[in-house]
Amino acid sequence: MNQEFYVKNIIRTAAFAGIAALALAACGSAPSTTTPTGSTGSSPSVAAVKYKACMVSDAGGFQDKSFNQSGAEGLDKAKADLGITEVKVESTASTDFTPNIDNLVSQNCDLIIGVGFNLAGAIQTAANANPKINFALVDSAFSDANFKPVTLTNGKPLLFNTQEASFLAGYVAAGMTKTGKVATFGGMQLPSVTIFMDGFADGVAQYNTDNSKSVQVLGWTKATQKGSFTGDFDNQANGQNLAKGFIDQGADIIMPVAGPVGLGAAAAAKAAGNVEIIGVDQDWYLSAPEYKDIILTSVIKEIGQSVYDTVKQGLDGKYTSTPYVGTLANGGIDIAPFHSFDSQVPAALKTKVADLKKAIIDGSLKVTSTSSN
Amino acid sequence: MSDNAPAPAAAPVPAVPPSAEPPEPSRGETLLREMLSSSWVVTTLAIVLALVISGVLIAAADSTVQSTATYLFARPSDFFSAAWHAVTSAYVALFQGSILDTGAPTFVRAIKPLTETMTVSVPIILAGLGLGIGFRAGMFNIGAQGQIILGAVFGGYIGFAFDLPVGLHVLLAAIGAAIGGGLWAGIAGFLKARTGANEVIVTIMLNNIAVYLIGYLLTTSAFQRPGSNNPISPPIKATALYPHLLGSQFRLHAGFLVAIAATVFVWWLMDRSTIGFRFRAVGANSKAARTAGISVNTNYIWVMVIAGALAGLAGSAQVLGTEKVLSIDVAASFGFDAITVALLGRSKPLGTFLAGLLFGALRAGGFAMQARTGTPIDIVLVVQSLIVLFIAAPPLVRSVFRLSSGSSRRSTRSVKEAAA
Repeated sequence: MNQEFYVKNIIRTAAFAGIAALALAACGSAPSTTTPTGSTGSSPSVAAVKYKACMVSDAGGFQDKSFNQSGAEGLDKAKADLGITEVKVESTASTDFTPNIDNLVSQNCDLIIGVGFNLAGAIQTAANANPKINFALVDSAFSDANFKPVTLTNGKPLLFNTQEASFLAGYVAAGMTKTGKVATFGGMQLPSVTIFMDGFADGVAQYNTDNSKSVQVLGWTKATQKGSFTGDFDNQANGQNLAKGFIDQGADIIMPVAGPVGLGAAAAAKAAGNVEIIGVDQDWYLSAPEYKDIILTSVIKEIGQSVYDTVKQGLDGKYTSTPYVGTLANGGIDIAPFHSFDSQVPAALKTKVADLKKAIIDGSLKVTSTSSN
Repeated sequence: MSDNAPAPAAAPVPAVPPSAEPPEPSRGETLLREMLSSSWVVTTLAIVLALVISGVLIAAADSTVQSTATYLFARPSDFFSAAWHAVTSAYVALFQGSILDTGAPTFVRAIKPLTETMTVSVPIILAGLGLGIGFRAGMFNIGAQGQIILGAVFGGYIGFAFDLPVGLHVLLAAIGAAIGGGLWAGIAGFLKARTGANEVIVTIMLNNIAVYLIGYLLTTSAFQRPGSNNPISPPIKATALYPHLLGSQFRLHAGFLVAIAATVFVWWLMDRSTIGFRFRAVGANSKAARTAGISVNTNYIWVMVIAGALAGLAGSAQVLGTEKVLSIDVAASFGFDAITVALLGRSKPLGTFLAGLLFGALRAGGFAMQARTGTPIDIVLVVQSLIVLFIAAPPLVRSVFRLSSGSSRRSTRSVKEAAA
């Protein structure tokens, strides 16, 4: 009985404290106009247009600091700049894809964008069942029952030749390593992950050929498609442990291709002192400022821009199902500036990377990956 | 807790000599029994309470409510109308997404939500039934997730790798799924029977192993879709799919009939058969059961195998029913939802069936809630978790609703508590 009394007292005290805090917070003055406040419309400078663009996330959700987030940012930008209506729904597992897309269909979306290759099947089924709605799919093309590529009239794949940019990153890494060992690892062995690692390994190999060096890549072998993976895109501790293992083996530049797990690698690198990180998807110097001192460069994948462009095309009535392919040539992918490492990268290496970029853009150098579409 | 006992009886207790008392059950067993013995009223009130608290959270998460809260005292009407609007529109969407879409343009669209609820509930019901058997036999089986995955692997492989005639194919695939789940759960039962290994820990670890196993299998040529680097299997052949019950416009498939049949089977097994009697005897008091000549260890294994087979059937509902393909997260979180459902249904077949339908409705409605009102899908998880929390704490629910206590409790327990 005594204990119960005690508990009641605690609850009462806590409740009073909470109410007091709320009361203090609620003392602001009301807005002068009586228009409905906080309506979820666009900013006043952009006239609202009647176009509803909808997006379904992969199981990672929209706060994954990776491709889902990039996609959502593109849609948010379209909402702010173009005045469209947006609906974003998150999936928690692949079993959510079909019901989520179905709910967007019944919401009368004009355009439904699926983020991630995992949604390929669900988007394709929905596109066939709803010919009047336009669809787009990030990171995957469509295939028919015999696994042959297929074109849909209302399904637009948004693809990226990521290996071109990570090739350059690999070249830079090989040129910058002091120990002669660089490393990369992935979150899970998915094509959209290993495409980064393929390019990275090829870039290092190219550097070795050009300079008769033997810089080693830890964590990925392109020929066998075998390498190191943390197993998910959530657990930063795994990224930290794996990166620490590479550092112990002598690697001094690491490219983690694992979304937020890569931040664990950055933490390990920072703790080690003289180890640098190559970011992926976004420019990590900007998106992860706490690690900006150790970000050598980043492999940028402009998913957001591709989403934005697709929405704009749809809004202008110019939607086509022709695949969008992000390349170095069209800026859909790129290598980030060196930022604080700018003074340390030798001019010769910078020139060489610029030449390679030019060669890739004009087609005289082909960088390939089994994972590219 | 202490006020559960009849208060005046607290003084003259020493009637029961200590030596006559049965061996003290472990804390886990006590908690399990506590959760399974809560009354229907408490269950219903727990659901209501969970919805009310979630309503507060929905309002708190709404941006309009947040902005109006800053000038609550200047114009309170804004705040309350915004909060009311946020909560009602979210729950209306939940209803429209799970039962009947009142605003739908066509009849098919209008009733589709109900069929979705039934579809989504199939794996939860099947796995929940299996867990319920374990709970009543005194085994805290946390491994439904892994058992669903193994069921999906077995059923899926039979489904896409073989060419068999219509009817036979789906039958074999479903049986294969049950065997897969049963074998996986049997490992935990065997280890408990042979070595006394704690089934909670073993089943949790087997969940992890199952996740990595399916991840590995989907990179092998036997399971991976040809011409693809993605971790996804070839589509299940049409002959191995559960047929649609209401035409191809709806996802509702024959797995729902399997769930109904399984519910009846579990009722018969647990309440009418000798096997079920032994299971319950072991669950009620394993030492007494052993004294009575029941082979407790054999029963541990059989409980797990049957529970795993039901979870495996849940996996078959996924690969052969809704997803039609084997992927890494084919089991979603159904194995964990099933734990909640089994507890909510008090491990009884009908209760589990109804609780499974409720969770199916919450899940199906959650998608609509997110798409229509932007309410985070996580709220559904919060509702589910709160329900469990309140079920687990019947005294809390009773005190909130000022219910009289103790009516449903076994008198022996009250006496023991008074003695303690």
